[in-house]
Amino acid sequence: MARKLLLENINVPGIHTFDVYRQHGGYRSVEKALKTMTPDAVVEEVKTSGLRGRGGAGFPTGMKWSFLAKPEGIERYLVCNADESEPGTFKDRYLMTHIPHLLIEGMIVSSFALGAKTSYIYVRGEMMPQIRILERAIAEAKNAGFLGKNILGSGYDLELYVQPGGGAYICGEETALIESLEGKRGNPRIKPPFPAISGVWACPTVVNNVETIAAVVPIINDGGEEYSKVGNGRSTGTKLISASGNLNKPGVYEIELGLPVEEFIYSEEYCGGIANGKRLKAVVAGGSSVPILPANLILKTINGQPRLMSYESLSDGGFQTGSMLGSGGFIAFDEDQCIVRNTWNFARFYHHESCGQCSPCREGTGWMEKVLHNLENGHGKMSDIDLLVDVSKKIEGNTICPLGDAAAWPVASAIRHFRDEFEWHITNSKTAMEQNYGLAKYADPLPKLEEAIQN
Amino acid sequence: MSDKVKVTIDGITVEVEPGTSILNAARQIGGDIVPPAMCYYSKLEGSGGKCRTCLVKVSKGSEKDPRPMPKLVASCRTGVMDGMEVQNITSPEVIEARKGVVEILLINHPLDCPVCDQAGECHLQDLSYEHGVADTRYEFDRRTFEKIDIGDKIQLHMTRCILCYRCVYVADQITDNRVHGILGRGDASEISTYIEKAIENDFSGNVIDVCPVGALTDKTFRFKNRVWFTKPVDAHRDCPKCKGKVTLWYKGEEVLRVTGRKDQYGEVEDFICNTCRFDTKNTSDWVIEGPRHISHTSVISSNHYEMTLLPVIKENPILIEANKIEFDRATKV
Repeated sequence: MARKLLLENINVPGIHTFDVYRQHGGYRSVEKALKTMTPDAVVEEVKTSGLRGRGGAGFPTGMKWSFLAKPEGIERYLVCNADESEPGTFKDRYLMTHIPHLLIEGMIVSSFALGAKTSYIYVRGEMMPQIRILERAIAEAKNAGFLGKNILGSGYDLELYVQPGGGAYICGEETALIESLEGKRGNPRIKPPFPAISGVWACPTVVNNVETIAAVVPIINDGGEEYSKVGNGRSTGTKLISASGNLNKPGVYEIELGLPVEEFIYSEEYCGGIANGKRLKAVVAGGSSVPILPANLILKTINGQPRLMSYESLSDGGFQTGSMLGSGGFIAFDEDQCIVRNTWNFARFYHHESCGQCSPCREGTGWMEKVLHNLENGHGKMSDIDLLVDVSKKIEGNTICPLGDAAAWPVASAIRHFRDEFEWHITNSKTAMEQNYGLAKYADPLPKLEEAIQN
Repeated sequence: MSDKVKVTIDGITVEVEPGTSILNAARQIGGDIVPPAMCYYSKLEGSGGKCRTCLVKVSKGSEKDPRPMPKLVASCRTGVMDGMEVQNITSPEVIEARKGVVEILLINHPLDCPVCDQAGECHLQDLSYEHGVADTRYEFDRRTFEKIDIGDKIQLHMTRCILCYRCVYVADQITDNRVHGILGRGDASEISTYIEKAIENDFSGNVIDVCPVGALTDKTFRFKNRVWFTKPVDAHRDCPKCKGKVTLWYKGEEVLRVTGRKDQYGEVEDFICNTCRFDTKNTSDWVIEGPRHISHTSVISSNHYEMTLLPVIKENPILIEANKIEFDRATKV
């Protein structure tokens, strides 16, 4: 059984209450940080740990914190991004529902490290139960003296607020989140200036994912050095993976980064294989916005190495043959799933969630959705496939925020790896309405690299 | 020792004030290397960055940090650094991306230029003429909206809108109270007023001037004439509300419409009030200054208004004199 850092006590009855959480060693890190450490020492510890942002981009958290501008006399803010809405990702909701005090503990330590006197947890509007849970947990923590004025007699004051969002995917982008938090329309801001210089109310701000902030707790408890020993290479620590799709045991798993993908899918400890004895066709490894990979490429890299659940290994091969760890939304497709339909579904999502501020994303996402809808429903043309690739290229990289890229990648990668299936949908449009393309050669062993070059 | 920074755009070096955007640095050089801009408006703070037509490639970040920028950047919202090197029309990548943006801007545009009042001074028209392709790959129904009247003088035809947000910034920055804005999200977003409330303030007419397309049009000019048949003349009047510096658009003896004075980038020199714009359409209301110079590339200049004697000029000796020089120069060529 691999070591768990975040979900160790998840099965303890009543862990969502302050008393039980405290009995199981909760809020130790607050005591340690506030009583024995300086804010800079906490930042150093996080830097040592090698913790990388768990929201998707994987930017080193310690470095992000050290970029925070600290002008005299101006407030600084920490904002926790709990606007989790990536299709396939549900780890933050799980964490907030079952062990809310872990997040609050992390918020106190992180706010202390950054010198923030007011911090916000921005929760997606649809997560009403989680908002109530968090507010209750905050009240409990405040009652016990872990929030408010002069926490634990250290002289440090912190107010923590929960801010419900309006329920838009785009508000998970940090600058759109800040706009929304300020009460405005959730349009991403044009960077620079980055939030570390000018964020909430033009004050320096750090925005971190729920899981990132929760991971600060074990880092402070055990020390950054100890945390960095867990994991693989530059992917240190553990990661929550939201496994969904055609798996025997879907759910949220805490894995040590560097776990082989094959073991994650097939071992009894984790997902327990593909449901109903079917075969694996494709995997979206990190939430809907990362490139989809066929079964052969998700289990092995193009060089024949086993693929691991880590930032580096999943992106091995770049966009040609690799993907990304993203936010850890692991969606498995069995042989009976239609990739075209799935791609259309993702495109529909991004079309619906585009904020409409910049033109390539506003118009391009709708265009891709309509073309894919035609393909899926048997009205496609061969030229549509190249059109989709072209449109996705015109969106990618030309937008204000990464939503454009996130909309373009799933389409581009699906066509890159499953072009046969798209073509089959066009040439056999009638059959495609009644049955699926099936597994085809997507799980075949990869050709040896030398042979591929000769060909 | 000057505080100015050096920036090289398409091989041409220019010295500009620190903090200038790449677009404005390019405008100081002028000519073909100026990136087109649909949403940026120099007089409106915070505008720009949305239409993505002004994308450029930064091939060298600065003298201190010569790394190129990983993506194309919006030149209107990216500040120059000392020693920065920018590629606009010399980069095939930029041209390709711009073509893509133009195509994408046009897929939901009605292309109803023959019946659009903006035709002839429409930025989208210019842009698609330069960068667009002849046919479309978009096979679906275009987005349409009902026309709505916002106030008794302004009509909003959302179908033509490219969502540049300029009119929103105008309302925010030069009027007291903004009653219109963006509703909806993604490609369903639209400019509208609060439950179709009328925009009623003294400077509301400026949304017409800043609109790069024909989405916001002047109802007092609607279907009166094509802009290239009208003759622009600079004029001023003593206005208690604004500076009163305008361009009058003549057809014969009649003033068909009044706008702010637009420069070659379509940006007005001064915003004008609604009295000047809608209610003073007689020559007697104005002191005429002379013909408005319009860039020779514009279709409006094709009627040679600068050389022909406008009826209004015949009565003004100063204008006759001014016009004579123009006329001599033109006839020599």
